[in-house]
Amino acid sequence: MADAAVRIATERLSAMYGKSTAVKDVTLSFAANRVHALIGPSGCGKSTFLRAMNRMHELTPGGWITGRVLLDGQDVYAPGVNPMQLRRRVGMVFQKPTPFPTMSIFDNVAAGLRVGQRRPKAELAETVEQALRGAALWDEVKDRLATSAVALSGGQQQRLCVARTIAPQPEVILLDEPTASLDPQGTQRIEELLFTLKQTFTIIIVTHNMQQAARVSDTTTFFYLGGMVETGATRQLFTSPAREETEAYITGRFG
Amino acid sequence: MNRAAARRRRSHFMVGLMGLAVVLAVLPLLLILGTLVAKGASSLNLAFFTKMPVPAGETGGGVMHAIVGTLMIVGTACLIGLPLGIGGGIYCAEYPGSKLATVTRFVSDVLNGTPSIVVGVFAWTWIVATQKHFSAFAGSVALAILMVPMVTRTTEEMIKLVPHSLREAALALGYSRWRTSLTVVVRTTLPGIVTGSLLAVARVAGETAPLLFTALGSQYLSFDLDQPMAALPLVVFTYATGPYEEWHQLAWATALVLILVVLVLSVAARLATRGKFRQNG
Repeated sequence: MADAAVRIATERLSAMYGKSTAVKDVTLSFAANRVHALIGPSGCGKSTFLRAMNRMHELTPGGWITGRVLLDGQDVYAPGVNPMQLRRRVGMVFQKPTPFPTMSIFDNVAAGLRVGQRRPKAELAETVEQALRGAALWDEVKDRLATSAVALSGGQQQRLCVARTIAPQPEVILLDEPTASLDPQGTQRIEELLFTLKQTFTIIIVTHNMQQAARVSDTTTFFYLGGMVETGATRQLFTSPAREETEAYITGRFG
Repeated sequence: MNRAAARRRRSHFMVGLMGLAVVLAVLPLLLILGTLVAKGASSLNLAFFTKMPVPAGETGGGVMHAIVGTLMIVGTACLIGLPLGIGGGIYCAEYPGSKLATVTRFVSDVLNGTPSIVVGVFAWTWIVATQKHFSAFAGSVALAILMVPMVTRTTEEMIKLVPHSLREAALALGYSRWRTSLTVVVRTTLPGIVTGSLLAVARVAGETAPLLFTALGSQYLSFDLDQPMAALPLVVFTYATGPYEEWHQLAWATALVLILVVLVLSVAARLATRGKFRQNG
C-alpha cells in the first residue's frame, strides 16, 4: 500500500473559524486509488479538515487556514490557484442529498459539466450516462432522465449526487458522512459503490460509523479535539491501535 | 377524569374564540365583495369593457380608456420597479452582512410604511413640476417607488428560504458565486419571487392617491405615457364623487372591475407557486 503514489496531502494544515481553531497542525498524505476514512467524535475537526482540502472551508464566514494542501504536489492555496477550477478536480458529496430541485435528473448530472468548456450534445449525454452507471443508478433512472430529481428516494438522490460529482472526472472525491441520512439499504449501496469508484478516483470519506470505516476503507485516520491522533492501515488501526485514545474510541469507551 | 373534561371544555372555548376571530377577519372582505357585486354587477356588460365613457346624463358607455390606462401605467411601473426590487432583494440575500444591505433593508421598511400619497407628492415634485405637465409616466414612477421595497423584502425572504446545502453543492461543483446565485438559488426560488412581484402589482394597481398628482386622469383613450392618462382607481374616484346617479352606478361597476383585476392577479400568484417549490424528501 505504501508504494502507491500520493495524490493529495496536507502539510501542517490548521483550519480556523475566526479565532477558534478547528483543525490543528495536521500532516497527512492520501495515496491514489484508495479509500481513506476519517473517524472521530463530533466536533473533532474531521469535516473541517475535509472542507479545507477543496477550499470550501474559506467560504464559511471567518474561515481561514495555515499550512499547505498539495494536490499532485501543487499547493492548492498558492496565489494564482483558482478555487473554482480546484473544486472541479476535488469533488465533494455532502451529508444530506442535495439534488437541484429545479433541474431534471439529466441536468443534475450535467450541472458540473456545463461550467467547463462547451461540449457537443452527444458527448454530454454519453458522459451523463457513464456517470450514472458509475454511481449504480443508470438502470433505475434511464427511462425518466427528464423528470424531476426530487422525486427520487433519499438513497437514489445521494447516488445522483455521487453521479453529479464524478461526471466532470475529478481526481479526488471527498465524502462528508454520505450515508448519515440514508437507511441501511441506501447505505449498503453507497458502500458497495466505493469499491468500484476507487479504481478511478482517490476517495476520502468522513464517517461517524466505525463499522463503516472498517468495511470500506484501506487506511483510517483518527481525529480527536482538532488534532490527528493516529493514522495507518485500517486493519491495523482497528486491531492493534498504537495510541490509547484510539483504542478507547474504537472500543466505544467515549465519542 | 374531571380535569380532562375541564381541559376539553377550555380547549373548545378557545377554538371557538379563534374561529370567531377568523370570521371577523374575513367578514369585511366578504361584505366589500358582496356590496360591489350587488351594486356594480348590474352595470357590467361587454360594452363596459370595450366602449369609451359617454357624457353625463346619457346611459351606456364604458371604461375601456381606464382599463388600457391602468394596464399601461402599471405595466411601465413593473418595468421600472421589478428589476430594481428583485435585484435589490438578491443583493440583500447574497451579502446579508454588508452595510449597503443593512441600509437597503432599513430604507425598504421605512418606505413600506410611507403613505402612498407622500410618494405621489414626491413624483409630482420630481417629474410633473419639472416637466410642467401631468403624465402617465410620472404615475408609473410613483407606483414603481411603492413596489420596490415590497419586492425587495419578499425576494430577500424567499431567497433566504433556500437551504444553504444547495448553495454549497453548487459551489463544490466549481460554480462561481454569481452562477450559483442565478442558476441554483434564484432558479429554485423563482415561483416565490413571481408571487411576491404579483402581489406587489396587485397592491399598486389599486392605488389612487399617487396617481391624482401624476397621471391625473383623462376622458380619452391614450397610449402616450408622456400625457395624462385614465386609470381605474381614478375613474372610481371621479365617478363616486360626482353629482350624478348614473356616475355612482359606474363607480360601483368600475370598482368591481378593479377588485376583479386584483383577485385575478392574486390567484395567478397562488398558481405560480403551487407544486413547484418542494423541499427534498
